[in-house]
Amino acid sequence: MKPAPFAYHRPGSREEVDQLLAQLGSEAKILAGGQSLIPILNMRLAAFGHLVDLNHLAGEPAEPAVAGDELVVGPLVRQAAALESALVAERAPVVSQALRHVAHPAIRSRGTVVGSVLHGDPAAELPAAVALLAGSVRARSRRGTRPIPAARLWTGALENTLAEDEWVDELRLPVRQPDDGFAFEEFARRSGDYAICGVAARVRAADGELKAAVAYLGMGGLGQVHALQPMAAEEIDGPGLRSALTEAVAELDPGDDLHASARYRRWLALELGLSCVRRAAERALK
Amino acid sequence: MTTKLFGERVERREDRRLLTGIGRFTDDLGHDAAQAAFVRSDFAHARIRDIDVSGALDVEGVLGVYTHDDLQGGFAERLPLLIPHRDLKAPRTQYALARDELCYAGEVIAMVVASDRYIAEDAAQAIRVEYEELPVVVDLEQAVGAGPLTHSDAADNIGAHVSEMKGDVEIALASAPHVFKWRFRPERSASMPMEGRAVFARYDAGQDTLEVYDSTQAPTGIRAGLAELFELDWDRVHVIAPDVGGGFGVKVMQFYPEEVLVPWASRQLGMPVKWTEDRREHFIGSNQERGQIHEVRVGVDAEGRILALDVRFLHDTGAYCPYGLIVPIITAAQLPGPYRLSNYRYSFWSVFTNTVPVSPYRGAGRPQAVFVMERVIEHVARELGLDSLDVRRRNFIQPDEFPYDVGVSWQDGGPTVYDSGDYPSGFQLLLDSIGLDRARQQQAEARAEGRLVGLGVGCYVEGTGIGPYEGATISILPDGTVSAATGLSTQGQGHETIFAQIVADELGVPLERVSVTTGDTRRIGFGVGTFASRSAVVAGHAMLRAARSLRDQTARLASTTLEVAVEDLVFEAGAVHVRGVPEKSVPLARLTLVSNPLRYAYGRDARLAAELAQRAYAKADRPLPEGSRPGLSALEYYSPAAGVFGYGMHAALVEVDRRTCNLRILRYVIVHDCGRIINPLIVDGQVLGGLAQGIGGAFYERIHYSPEGQIQNASFMDFLIPYATEIPPVELHHLETPSPRNELGVKGVGEAGTIPVPAVIANGLSDALGVAIDHVPLSPEEIFQLLHPEPK
Repeated sequence: MKPAPFAYHRPGSREEVDQLLAQLGSEAKILAGGQSLIPILNMRLAAFGHLVDLNHLAGEPAEPAVAGDELVVGPLVRQAAALESALVAERAPVVSQALRHVAHPAIRSRGTVVGSVLHGDPAAELPAAVALLAGSVRARSRRGTRPIPAARLWTGALENTLAEDEWVDELRLPVRQPDDGFAFEEFARRSGDYAICGVAARVRAADGELKAAVAYLGMGGLGQVHALQPMAAEEIDGPGLRSALTEAVAELDPGDDLHASARYRRWLALELGLSCVRRAAERALK
Repeated sequence: MTTKLFGERVERREDRRLLTGIGRFTDDLGHDAAQAAFVRSDFAHARIRDIDVSGALDVEGVLGVYTHDDLQGGFAERLPLLIPHRDLKAPRTQYALARDELCYAGEVIAMVVASDRYIAEDAAQAIRVEYEELPVVVDLEQAVGAGPLTHSDAADNIGAHVSEMKGDVEIALASAPHVFKWRFRPERSASMPMEGRAVFARYDAGQDTLEVYDSTQAPTGIRAGLAELFELDWDRVHVIAPDVGGGFGVKVMQFYPEEVLVPWASRQLGMPVKWTEDRREHFIGSNQERGQIHEVRVGVDAEGRILALDVRFLHDTGAYCPYGLIVPIITAAQLPGPYRLSNYRYSFWSVFTNTVPVSPYRGAGRPQAVFVMERVIEHVARELGLDSLDVRRRNFIQPDEFPYDVGVSWQDGGPTVYDSGDYPSGFQLLLDSIGLDRARQQQAEARAEGRLVGLGVGCYVEGTGIGPYEGATISILPDGTVSAATGLSTQGQGHETIFAQIVADELGVPLERVSVTTGDTRRIGFGVGTFASRSAVVAGHAMLRAARSLRDQTARLASTTLEVAVEDLVFEAGAVHVRGVPEKSVPLARLTLVSNPLRYAYGRDARLAAELAQRAYAKADRPLPEGSRPGLSALEYYSPAAGVFGYGMHAALVEVDRRTCNLRILRYVIVHDCGRIINPLIVDGQVLGGLAQGIGGAFYERIHYSPEGQIQNASFMDFLIPYATEIPPVELHHLETPSPRNELGVKGVGEAGTIPVPAVIANGLSDALGVAIDHVPLSPEEIFQLLHPEPK
């Protein structure tokens, strides 16, 4: 398990990264936390001629920060830093809730938030949380920058819409509204594993109604958010929520794999969704 | 004898080294050595049409590229069948490098040696193998039915058929009030030590010597085998097992192809060569176990007493059977467990499939056996409307029935005769500990709330401490420290601590003055290996004997030195004292000098020692009297007449989460009896570690083969070893029924914790869900399917 040969680049600034990607194009791969990339390289499941290591960029923030009504996460913010951040817990609680399910301390101490979002594993926690929040990334290249909203970030499992010369220097997440409640639930075979099924939920209390939205992980897709019909608070505990979630689950297309059948995954999506939305509703009404 | 340290909770002396990262494993050695990488078969069954190595030869830094054509003499032959058996009619072992037919995905085809591992892997990737695919058989029943042949030139896929009977099963079944028939299916798994295999070989052309560091459980066997292959005197070949990061049986196999090829390449190239297995290689290149299909007929009376048990099973031995029939023999002999079976028959077929070869993995056939037997007990109770705990009690062998003859052969070829035990007391302790009444009440209350709670128990007997023998050599060094060595190797069990406890007690020295070396043929060449929970029993007694012999020798010398009778000497605090005369004593350090009459004085105590030596040998007619020898050292061996049988029972209160269909272990209680305990801390660790591995076997770890013979989950992302978070808190109780078969009264403990866990969890889940369970490991998916069957 040793990687095929590659050239290693250690740029010191974002501009140098732009430059390198402009030169190297599809031959280059960005290395940040490396928690997915390095095993893939070691197992020779993929080979890249060039690795561009972001870890030595000067002046990159180690912590998430707030800018206006958005939470901004730089490309080298580790999952551990985001998990420990009081700012994230307060402004984007679903990200904190999701991070608790991400792997183990050793992995979180290296793995980056942005890296996990861009890697786009349908069973990973962070893409679902970002989709639920309608976050966006800022793609950059020598040609300039452009925002990519979560809904258009992924084209499928492990595939994103970045151009060959683009990389991401920021993840932006809208901060919570006062009447928002969030919850995250997941089932995995072992603590810290990729999800068999998970649900991220937001419930917004407005005008005496509850507006719920859910995003799933482990259910095949990436980036979809299911907005449920607005319902009265009492419907959340009644059959109304179940039927709304049943409709949402029907839109999912999970697959069978060694650990779970699609049928079991649908069952989990419904069961976890019920308690997840209820918990988010409780928080919204508090 | 003094028993100061025996039985004490002495802290493990190896832990400082192992836990602070300064342990020395094979891969920590030979940084400058050339490195090997291997090309392994992509297909589970194929013929090699052509191997084109030209691409590899072009890679800069490549030192050698080898295929079967390059091997000569013994190296070109099939690897040895380690344990032949009269009924093993069609044994098969593999070539170190495949000759023409490939019989499992992962079989080694070619070796590349290069200046480093990166280059070796680049070159290995450049080798082109042209395959002719052949039909693949993975499924056991297809393999004995109309399925393809694992080996295209064989008549069938059956390597052996073995059957034995105690009593008369047919007559007993014919007259039994109730006869039932069931089928059970424990699945394929693997032991997955943290450290994979590793070999570092140094052939010295000038000296014509070979030194091999090998992450093995059996360095003495590797040495003997390599000496023969290399046609070298034993003294010219040494094998050392340095720190080994877990074995669990997978490293007792000898030889794996790499263990032959790496030393061979070192001689070919005239330079040190090493290879460290990576995890992907381990999944496809290191042995596995557990896959069997059992059909059981049982005859019982109305109270659930077992009148006859007839077990037929298919044992999946993979593509080759280098380890003979050991695993199915153990299953067959241990299936009756703690239950009295007057009429018992087993028949097994050892079956070849196009999968990774099989050899023992911690428990070695016993987890399957216990799963089958304990499910049979539960089924019988269910069919007859009895309490399964009562059914167990009615069938237990009683304490006054020992020695108890199971009536079939043991793995060493002798009869299976239990030495001692008290199963009813152990069982009672188990039920008292889990608080049976309270547990049942808890279960009833939970059920009333709609929760799915079940109680599972499982009992086992484990044959341990088999021969043929182990040895120990012990010396007292001039500084008064004691150096002990045994041939078997250690994989983290705590041998350095327990052997030191035995030796320190015998010689009256503090523990910290005793050092223990294991698995180094430079220290002791004869030995067998670490397996079958045998080290404490067999090497432990070799240590005891060597220490005692050394003590006698030392006492004789002290007796002349101190001019008192041997009977008046006391060994204490690193010195020999005259009983009742505290001021009269001689330190062991000085006695080593006394024993060695020298022309040239050296060392701190030289003058004093010279005086003492003169006095000691004053009446002798020569400096070193006839019958004595310089230095204080002893070498002794211990060969047990028969194995010794530990036992235990586990109970678990489990719950199925209706939402997730996942297993929750609410409580887990273990009662365990391995005879007298040398070190309770280490025994606890062995049992708890075993339990964790057992939980893996019950609910997580399964090798998924596709019908094409490819492992679908060959990584730790998909082969699920439970984390600490998946292991419940455990309540552990020890009983100590000494073995009458050895002086220390000890029995082995290495495998014990693993053995009954799949049965216990399956029984608990079966109770919780109210359904029959016929295979392990289980999973949330299967629980879901049981709770919510697909609408027809």
